[in-house]
Amino acid sequence: MADAPRTVDLARAFAESGVGEVLAQLDRELVGLRPVKARIREIAALLLVDKLRREHGLTAQPPTLHMSFTGNPGTGKTTVALRMANILHRLGYIRSGHLVSVTRDDLVGQYIGHTAPKTKEVLKKAMGGVLFIDEAYYLYRPENERDYGMEAIEILLQVMENKRDDLVVILAGYADRMDRFFTSNPGFRSRIAHHIDFPDYQAAELAQIGEQMLTAQGYRFSPDAKAAFLRYIDARMQQPHFANARSIRNALDRARLRQAVRLFETRDRPLCVDDLMTIEAEEILASRVLDDPAAKEPA
Amino acid sequence: MRLTQGTFSYLPDLTDEQIRAQVAYAQGKGWAVNVEYTDDPHPRNTYWELWGLPMFDLKDPAGVLHEINECRKVFANSYIRVSAFDPSHTWETVRLSFIVNRPPEEPGFYLERNEVNGRSVQYTVRSYAAAARPAGERY
Repeated sequence: MADAPRTVDLARAFAESGVGEVLAQLDRELVGLRPVKARIREIAALLLVDKLRREHGLTAQPPTLHMSFTGNPGTGKTTVALRMANILHRLGYIRSGHLVSVTRDDLVGQYIGHTAPKTKEVLKKAMGGVLFIDEAYYLYRPENERDYGMEAIEILLQVMENKRDDLVVILAGYADRMDRFFTSNPGFRSRIAHHIDFPDYQAAELAQIGEQMLTAQGYRFSPDAKAAFLRYIDARMQQPHFANARSIRNALDRARLRQAVRLFETRDRPLCVDDLMTIEAEEILASRVLDDPAAKEPA
Repeated sequence: MRLTQGTFSYLPDLTDEQIRAQVAYAQGKGWAVNVEYTDDPHPRNTYWELWGLPMFDLKDPAGVLHEINECRKVFANSYIRVSAFDPSHTWETVRLSFIVNRPPEEPGFYLERNEVNGRSVQYTVRSYAAAARPAGERY
């Protein structure tokens, strides 16, 4: 080449884009979810490099960013999807950064000719942002061949292909059912570039999540309660219908109820702000999960 | 005769890119954007037909542009305008309106003079296209 190689200042572009801050915030506010964060980091890097390439006159096809989130209940699929809109907006991939969250009911009509306008309406609303389809496998009902879900799927696929720069589609659902959904709709699998699997949380991560939830609501654990909560998590994880962070949230909601009752019953005693904020061990230990006498013993 | 009315009547027709920018501006202000069409563009005809529904809840101009193009496909020989309605209290009116499609042939209007009461004259503006033919066959 005749002219000297032009240098590209990736570090400066990174600093200017504000991506570092987005990623740091993600690390700070979301516990665990290592593979998810890794994938978001990759997407951020790709978008940044694409931007640089465009600035230097190299061709940069806008990448496909349709995603599918799979994982067990309560692993943070919806939470991440909500943030994804914000992240992609700050990375400059989508124009407005709003998220339209829909389920089957919002897309599929009730009679012939109802589905197409309904789906198109939703797609128009989501343009410039992210369309989040929760429990996407309900769209396809193989047991009923006259189901209108297929029509919605066809329109979706078409828009996902043709309007890639207008809209990002995120599908979410439980892993096994999503797999079945993709096998019966191969078009979907190939149009989605990022299949992200959300792992289950470890006990320590759940404890951290619990404390973050409490802090956000202006509560805190007493030291005893903290230890009791760890035991509670261990016991709860062994039980059926464990839904990761969602179970933790429900447990904390019940603990708050019990705390309110305790405060109410001891109302002749003067209260201070600290009392209103603190969750004691007894609120955790009163849970049915720890009814098993073995579980009540300190570990 | 090229018909002019609305906000940008003194400008050449807007390109799609310019339409997109105007729609984005209206949406940024929280106005509901509508697509309307008519084949009777008389200046006193304020009641154009609404294409679809008012787009209250769209956040991005792409959806509106899609509807404009759909409308152009069906009513290529009609006038199509985009209007933005401001629903906020004390305004509650159209704040922005401009033409986005016009028929290839625009015969224009003529002034009809009607002598009454001796030498007095009443004036009426009539459209050549709308005068003789029924709706749907004018342009």
